[in-house]
Amino acid sequence: MGIKERMSGNEAVAYAMKQVNPDVMPAFPITPSTELPQFVANYISNGQMDTEFIPVESEHSSMSAAIGAEAAGARTMTATSSCGLAFMWEVLYVAASNRLPLAMAVVNRALSGPININAEHSDSMGARDSGWLQIYAETNQEAYDNWIQAYRISEHKDVLLPIMICQDGFITSHAVQNIELIEDEKVKAFVGEYKPEHYLLNTNETMAIGPYANGPYCMEAKRAQAQGMINAKQVILDVAAEFASISGRKYGLFEEYFLEDADYALVAIGSACGNIKDAVDELRAKGIKAGLLKVRVFRPFPGEEMAEALRHCKVVAIMDRAESYSSQGGPLGAELMAAMYRAGVTSKAINVIYGLNGRDMTVSMVEDIYAHLAEIDKRGLRSEDHYNYIGLRDKEVR
Amino acid sequence: MGLKTADINEHTPWQDLTTGLQIFEPATSKMFHTGEWRTNTPVVDWSKCRQCLLCVPYCPDSCIAVKDGKREDFDLDHCKGCGICVKACPFNAISMKEGK
Amino acid sequence: MSQGLTEIRWHGRGGQGAKTAALLLADVAFSVGKYIQGFPEYGPERMGAPITAFDRISDKEIRVHSNIYEPDYVVVVDETLLHSIDVTAGLSEEGGILINTSKTPGEVRPLLNGYKGKVYTLDARKISMETLGKYFPNMPLLAGIVKVSGVMDTWVFYAEMEKSLKHKFAKKPEVFDGNMLAIRRALEEVV
Repeated sequence: MGIKERMSGNEAVAYAMKQVNPDVMPAFPITPSTELPQFVANYISNGQMDTEFIPVESEHSSMSAAIGAEAAGARTMTATSSCGLAFMWEVLYVAASNRLPLAMAVVNRALSGPININAEHSDSMGARDSGWLQIYAETNQEAYDNWIQAYRISEHKDVLLPIMICQDGFITSHAVQNIELIEDEKVKAFVGEYKPEHYLLNTNETMAIGPYANGPYCMEAKRAQAQGMINAKQVILDVAAEFASISGRKYGLFEEYFLEDADYALVAIGSACGNIKDAVDELRAKGIKAGLLKVRVFRPFPGEEMAEALRHCKVVAIMDRAESYSSQGGPLGAELMAAMYRAGVTSKAINVIYGLNGRDMTVSMVEDIYAHLAEIDKRGLRSEDHYNYIGLRDKEVR
Repeated sequence: MGLKTADINEHTPWQDLTTGLQIFEPATSKMFHTGEWRTNTPVVDWSKCRQCLLCVPYCPDSCIAVKDGKREDFDLDHCKGCGICVKACPFNAISMKEGK
Repeated sequence: MSQGLTEIRWHGRGGQGAKTAALLLADVAFSVGKYIQGFPEYGPERMGAPITAFDRISDKEIRVHSNIYEPDYVVVVDETLLHSIDVTAGLSEEGGILINTSKTPGEVRPLLNGYKGKVYTLDARKISMETLGKYFPNMPLLAGIVKVSGVMDTWVFYAEMEKSLKHKFAKKPEVFDGNMLAIRRALEEVV
C-alpha cells in the first residue's frame, strides 16, 4: 500500500515522469522548473528511463519539438515556468488546435516584471485561453498524483488536448515533505501504453497535421476543439475514480473543505489552500462557519459545479494569485463570478489578490479575510470591497 | 481510418469534421479545381511542338502530364493560366487565349 | 510549540550549507516517522549572502506553506550574522537559540536584542576541523539542534544517522567515522 517517502514537489513530479517513462522530452531550463529536466536526464543516464531527451535552444523550440514528437506518435512531455511558458505562447495554441495530447509540468512563477523568480499563477493563467487542460496542486503529493493521471485525461479519445500539470514554484517545488508513492507496476498498468489512432510515422496511413483551413472550416474546427474541453470534465472525474482505486486518494474537479455548511468561504488555487485549511480549523474551533473551495481543475472550468457548491454561502472571497490588469480583479474572480451569476447564486462575492511574486499569505492574514467577510455580511457589500489586495503595504488601511 | 476528404465540404457540420482537421490521404489538392481561377488559357499548336518537354518542369501547378515520353494536353482543372509555359517554350508553340 | 509541532529556523550564509542542514534534519525526522517540511527561503541563493531555511517537524500532517515567523528554535550557522540579522525575531521564549561559536552562551546573549529564552552554543568549527579536517559545520549543528530541541530522542537520532551515513559513505569509511565522531562530540559539547 504505497511507498512512504519524502520529496520536494519537483522530485515528486520527476519521479512520476520516470514511472510513466514517456517517449520524448524536449526541454529548456528555467527556474524553478529547471530540476525537472535535470532529474529526468539523470534517470536516463542511469538507465532508469528510456525517454529520448532533446536539449533545445529555447522554450519556443521545446514546445515545437514536443509538438513534432507527439504528432509523430510519441508520448511526449516537457516542463517550464514563467517567461519560458510565455515564450511558448504561439505554439501552445498549435499543440491544442492540432489536438496533440502532450503533457507539460508547469512550475508556476511570476512573469516579469519586476523580474522575480517566485510563485505566482500569472504564467499559466495567461495561457488559460490557449486550449490546454490545466490541473493545479496544493502539495507535492497532488503534483505527483496529477502527473500520473495526466495522459489518461489528455489522450482520451473524447478529449485529445494537451495538459498542464501545475504546482507553485518554490513553495511546493522546492519544499521537502512527506509523500506516498505508488508502485511502478501499478503506475504502468494505470497509465498504459500510448496507442494513438492516427500518427505521422504510421506506415499504413498517410496523414497531414495542421493544414491551412479557410473560412468555411475554422470556426467549426474550434467548436470541435471546445467539445474536447467540455468532454474533459467527465473524463477527469472518471480517471480520478480509477486513480482512487490504485492510490486510495480521491480527487474531483475541486475540493470542498468544511464548505457544506459554511457561511463564509474562500475559493483558491494551489499551495495557499493549506494555509486556508489551517485557518478554517482555527475559526471552526471558535464556532465560525468558515469553509474553503479549492480549485483543482481550472481548464475545463467547473463553473456550474462550483457555483452550486457556493450557493448557500453568505459571503465568498475569490482568491487570485495573478493580476489580470482588467481593473476588475483576477482571472479566477472574473470567471467564477460569471458562473455564479449565470447559476443565479446570490451570495455576496469579492475578489482578493494575494501572494504575488511569492508574497506569503499567512494563516492570520487568511483569518483577517474571513473576518472581513463577516463584516460584509453585517454591513452589506460596498464598491471598495469588490477587488482588493491582501498582504500589501498600503497607506489606506482597509 | 479517418473520414475521406471527399466526404467533407463547406456544408459539413462541426461534429463531422476530422479531429484537428487532420487529413488521412495523399494528394487531396487534386480534388480542388484551381483551374476555376483561370482568366487566360494556354493553347498548344501541336504542329510547332517538338516534344522537348521544357514546359513540363516550368509549370508551377504540375498541369502538364507526360506519357510515353510525350507531353499531353494541359490539365485545365488545375491550370491557373499563369503563362509561364508560353515563355518557357523555345518553339513558340504555346500561346494564351482570353477566357477559360 | 503547539500540538506536537516544532518549528525551526536556520540562519546562515549562502554556501555554508544551512539549507542542506535543514533538509538533513527533515530527512532524519522523516526516517523516525515524523511529518516533515524542510525548505529554503524561496529565492536566489548567493555565496556569502544571508540566507534562511526552515524545518517543521510534527506528529500530524503539515498543511501550512508559509515561512516560519514564530519559530520554537533558531540555529545560527555563522555568528557574524548576529551583527546584521535579527536572528531572534519572533523566537519563542520557551524555545531557544543555538549558535555556532567558540563563545559561551553568556558571552553571546548581549547580541540577542534582549532575548530571554535559552541560549545554547556549540563550537561546530572546532569539532568539524578536529573530526573531518575541514569546515563542515552542518553535522555538529544538526546533532546540536536535535539535542536542544528534543524533536527526537538523541539515541534514536544517533542510530538513524549511523544507518544513513553508513549507506552514504559506504566507500569512504574514514568520512563515516569522522561524521559519527562529530555527531557524538556535538551531542556532548553543546551547552
